[in-house]
Amino acid sequence: MKRTVRILGMGFLLVAGFVYATGWRKQTNAATLSQPQMAHEMAAEVKIDNFSFGPATLEIKAGTKVTWTNADDIPHTVVSNDKVFKSKALDTDEKFSFTFDKPGTYPYFCSLHPKMTAKVVVQ
Amino acid sequence: MKKEDEIKFDHNNDGIDRRGFLKCMAWAGTGTLCVMKGGVLNSFSLSKLNELDPAAAMGELSFVQISDSHMGFNKPANPDVVGTLKAAIEKINALPGNPEFLLHTGDITHLSKPEEFDNVQQILKDAKVKEAFYVPGEHDVAIDEGKEYMERYGKGTKGAGWHSFDKNGVHFVGLVNVVNLKAGGLGTLGHEQLEWLEDDLKGKKSSTPIVVFAHIPLWSVYPQWGWGTEDSAQALSYMKKFGSVTVLNGHIHQTMQKVEGNVTFHTAASTAFPQPAPGKADSPGPMKVPAEQLRSVLGVTSVNFVRGQKALAIVDSNLG
Repeated sequence: MKRTVRILGMGFLLVAGFVYATGWRKQTNAATLSQPQMAHEMAAEVKIDNFSFGPATLEIKAGTKVTWTNADDIPHTVVSNDKVFKSKALDTDEKFSFTFDKPGTYPYFCSLHPKMTAKVVVQ
Repeated sequence: MKKEDEIKFDHNNDGIDRRGFLKCMAWAGTGTLCVMKGGVLNSFSLSKLNELDPAAAMGELSFVQISDSHMGFNKPANPDVVGTLKAAIEKINALPGNPEFLLHTGDITHLSKPEEFDNVQQILKDAKVKEAFYVPGEHDVAIDEGKEYMERYGKGTKGAGWHSFDKNGVHFVGLVNVVNLKAGGLGTLGHEQLEWLEDDLKGKKSSTPIVVFAHIPLWSVYPQWGWGTEDSAQALSYMKKFGSVTVLNGHIHQTMQKVEGNVTFHTAASTAFPQPAPGKADSPGPMKVPAEQLRSVLGVTSVNFVRGQKALAIVDSNLG
């Protein structure tokens, strides 16, 4: 009897272990599958036009990828005041992207035309 | 030494107070001849050049200034910056008497690319001048913190490319105000360069004419568009003892002059494309003008120094 219980117990543990493992795997799969979708949802755009960044204040959630596009005839840069990110000189229609993982306020400017200032607020 | 009080303005009936500003602005389609005597700048429209005594435009030292060639720019405001730079060189080569040298006050290139620098170098070879001197614009230090610029033009310079030299008794100082710019700020010279400048000018006699050249204007043309230099007042304070100081700038793609005390400020036109008058557009971006008018808003500046009279004659010519 004791032995039967022991076997049943082991069986239960095995089954439980299997379910746990499968469930865990499912969760992992779900997370893996949904990641590109999330990245797609968590994207924001800033347009550089007429020597200004629009919007001047961009509010986003942590994990959002922000893409700047230069629509001016003159090159501009996107440079964080605190050196968190820095683009190369963007010629007309060139883009620069940065993903903001940590909450905070990120002021930035164009290092060629420093009167151009703006910020990204990450929640 | 000429004190500020001794300066006598030839008003040309312009009604401008002698302690005040003299502002002569030449926007699209015009050029200006400026004759500076004893620190005072008189300006004449290029259209009235034939009324001027030719002796006033000739001197012992003459040089030309070009600016903002933006090699690599190809947008509608000027799809042929090579052609207009070549036209500028032709203009220089047609000047009466060979200018001693050429000053390029920056934005040689549009994006600091080696091929853009190569192009300009190739075109400037045709200029009939013995030498050329440069200071960088922000476009020349845009992609590599000025590495390419310094490799080509940095020889014998300090810091980010600042330098000085003497020609025919005139002391020339090339300043760099386009690096390490701070968010929200204007052009910047920085502590190290200011110290160098103070030291450079210290030993000079007050009778020595000083010509300072830099890319961004060293006076507040229009700070809202960044057209000024944060610490230019400090730099100019080192020049107070001199009777004649001329400041030559580029950056704003239009000619403009101002006299303040012993200092005459002058900005040169671009050889590439015009920019709007301060505050006259949403932004300082390239100004699109009809193709047939383009060359009338681009230009070359020639400067004559007349020994004894402490005079600089500054002539802006358009490429039309």
